[in-house]
Amino acid sequence: MAEFWKWRESRWVSQEVHWKDARVISAGVDVGSVSTQAVILIDGLLYSYSNIRTGSSSPESATKAMNLALEGTGLSLEKIHYTVGTGYGRVNVPFAQRTITEIACHAKGANFMYGPTVRTVLDMGGQDCKVIRCDENGKVLSFLMNDKCAAGTGRGLEVFADLVGVNIEEMGELSLRVEEEPPPVSSTCVVFAKSEASSLLRRGWPKERVLAAYCAAMAKRVVVLLERLGVEEDFAITGGIAKNAGIVRRIENHLGVKALEPKMDTQIAGALGAALFAASLAQREGK
Amino acid sequence: MILRFGYADGSGEFYITLDSEKCDGCGVCVEVCPKGVLFLAPNPFDPLEEVPLALVREDARNRLKYLCVLCKGSPKPCVASCPNGALEHF
Repeated sequence: MAEFWKWRESRWVSQEVHWKDARVISAGVDVGSVSTQAVILIDGLLYSYSNIRTGSSSPESATKAMNLALEGTGLSLEKIHYTVGTGYGRVNVPFAQRTITEIACHAKGANFMYGPTVRTVLDMGGQDCKVIRCDENGKVLSFLMNDKCAAGTGRGLEVFADLVGVNIEEMGELSLRVEEEPPPVSSTCVVFAKSEASSLLRRGWPKERVLAAYCAAMAKRVVVLLERLGVEEDFAITGGIAKNAGIVRRIENHLGVKALEPKMDTQIAGALGAALFAASLAQREGK
Repeated sequence: MILRFGYADGSGEFYITLDSEKCDGCGVCVEVCPKGVLFLAPNPFDPLEEVPLALVREDARNRLKYLCVLCKGSPKPCVASCPNGALEHF
């Protein structure tokens, strides 16, 4: 069976930053329900990161992500002064000194990733979504999350990729190739939406139209959350779904607000925030 | 910081809101809650701060509709007991 849901794992290592003369080496690991990331900072500068699919064991996924971020750098786990775990599986990061909530980490990470002008962060994750208002230092001012149900999240998108037979990374662009916007599917609940979409496909709807109907429903769902908390600009989206133009453009259209253009992998925001907190904690504890 | 715990679903909105600027961590609300929904701990959303605040228990956050049914109607004991007006209840 083709695996359309399988998004690409990735890693990156800086060519400009070097760890050998580092004062503080800090790391963040974000074990999410769908993806796991590790980020390493050298004196507060981004040094390397990895982004992998979470397996059935959180500790193993955390270790695998960390090893991938370290690979080929000559740096080893023992040389890292402080590691913070975050995300759904944060208590299962065996080598972390501390855990911090993903809401705090995403605000901090978005502040680094998009700059200090960010005031509203939408994190669209694998199994939940959160809206966070923050100040110029990435400090949380208020938040709203919906983790009661995974409707309209990354996991739902994975299920849809396989149903429609379109590579998950191409779904968003394809969904924008409709002349007229179809009505959104009536539910973002993965189970209901899947049966609704199956019947639309059987009725002869082209793939892009079915995808448009689903992306529109996902956008509508998070817009409710965003409007409840209020959107102050600049507005930024983190998490895997920030890579889906079909959902991002529809959120922007609903809000009448543009999201900032990402400069790096939006999935690393949580781990990046965790690594930034780790750097502060390492300094505080004089390591 | 405004901390909002709870959820919205098809049947309504169930949020308990706390203003961290107003909460002094006295813990009166924790004592009056008949379901033990609240507890005191440092603010997990401001990790570099260590002062304890009233928070909603993690295992209660997605069940508030059912847990808070005992105090249906007003005034809610948690809200009424707070000397600083830091809490709001759905």
